[in-house]
Amino acid sequence: MSKPVVATASLAGCFGCHMSILDIDDRILQLVELVEFNKSPIDDIKTFTKMCDVGIIEGGCCNSENVENLLAFRKNCKILISLGECAIMGGLPALRNGIPVEECINEAYCDGPTVSLNKERILPNDDELPMILDKVYPLHEIVKIDYYLPGCPPRADLIWNALVALLTGSKMDLPYEVVKFD
Amino acid sequence: MGLFNNLFGKKLPVETPLDKVQDTVSSAKEVIKTDIQKEVNMSNKVKFIIDGKECTAEKGMMLVDAAAENGVYIPVLCHMKGMIPAGSCRVCTCKINGRNMAGCTTPVDEGMKIENDTPELTELRKTIVEVLFVEGNHFCPACEKSGNCELQALGYKYQMMVPRFPYSFPPKAVEAGAGKIYLDRNRCIMCKKCIRTVHVDGKNVFAFRGRGAHLEINIDKTLAAKLTDKQAQEAMDVCPVGSILRKEKGFDEPIGTRKYDKHQIGSEIEKVS
Ligand code: SF4
Ligand code: SF4
Repeated sequence: MSKPVVATASLAGCFGCHMSILDIDDRILQLVELVEFNKSPIDDIKTFTKMCDVGIIEGGCCNSENVENLLAFRKNCKILISLGECAIMGGLPALRNGIPVEECINEAYCDGPTVSLNKERILPNDDELPMILDKVYPLHEIVKIDYYLPGCPPRADLIWNALVALLTGSKMDLPYEVVKFD
Repeated sequence: MGLFNNLFGKKLPVETPLDKVQDTVSSAKEVIKTDIQKEVNMSNKVKFIIDGKECTAEKGMMLVDAAAENGVYIPVLCHMKGMIPAGSCRVCTCKINGRNMAGCTTPVDEGMKIENDTPELTELRKTIVEVLFVEGNHFCPACEKSGNCELQALGYKYQMMVPRFPYSFPPKAVEAGAGKIYLDRNRCIMCKKCIRTVHVDGKNVFAFRGRGAHLEINIDKTLAAKLTDKQAQEAMDVCPVGSILRKEKGFDEPIGTRKYDKHQIGSEIEKVS
């Protein structure tokens, strides 16, 4: 039997959740034995090359590229997991949700206290750049998400227990200490 | 906590800073207070049953307090022992003699049959916790109260992996010009605990403003400026969430040592039995 295939991505996140995946320490050796990685920053595969069993996503959606990426994951993964606070509720990037986009952009590129060289008020406007969304969206408000692993970052044991449960088809072990929102 | 000791004493909290209605409200409160006091003073014990466990307490004691005395935890966000109940959060909903009722506003009586720890009530309470999360802006990773927050602790207790409702991201203002504390409305769950307990010169420091969806907690900045360090700390402690915070304080307890990092909320009550 071939190994289950896992893909991961960081959308509007800080890569902290990916660091927490690595934080399973030496169990990473077992993980490599147990699964095959496809599209993921861990192995630097940029596009899906086959259907995956599990997709793990950190970060919410703050721009059009995040949305395209998320849709590709939903299409190519049988099971999709929201990993961490940003994926689940937008997280710190969503602090901008109460502020109009125009105001955010002006603050970042023209009026902020650290901006001194943009006298002409030039705003980034290249076709290559993804469009910023009106607000930062939790993943499950855009596609169907199967499982949620909260935390900032989610504890390594939570990620490990979830993967073990998924791969072995057993019930997930959820001790009190591993479900945290910070 | 010193703040609450004199709650049933001479000075009673008033619900509004408006001088005119202050007297009326005070006397109304006096009546409620004496009623509660009278019942408690009568000192007759009653027996009641929570989830099959026989319990005893003073007649008239509010169910959540009476349950705690018997080692039974009923979750609660807007109440603490000695406080005049407000019944605003409904997280303490129990099935009392077959009906859903708030445990913090229901006095215990002889022969009461109470359901507390049942799948149905757990689901209802979890739903309320989820509603509170999506109705405010709760960015736990960036919140000074994280680890010591009662709302978050209930999220942990019920293993809330994600709220089932859409996030509303409501626009809320922070009041930072209030002396030693600041008021972050993003996290307020409208429990009224600050209104009922924080007073300066016999007046309320906090009050509600608006109605319905526009209801918000407000602070009297002049009065707040008079709070001592101790009072500021008490105000912060009385708030179940991270809405009232002391300035120049915060994140001073390492992760792992905070109140709810290792111990589930209510475990201190359940341990007693
Ligand atoms: S008040 Fe509690 S639930 Fe809200 S952000 Fe702070 S820690 Fe989280
Ligand atoms: S500020 Fe805190 S104590 Fe006051 S009503 Fe809001 S949540 Fe309750």
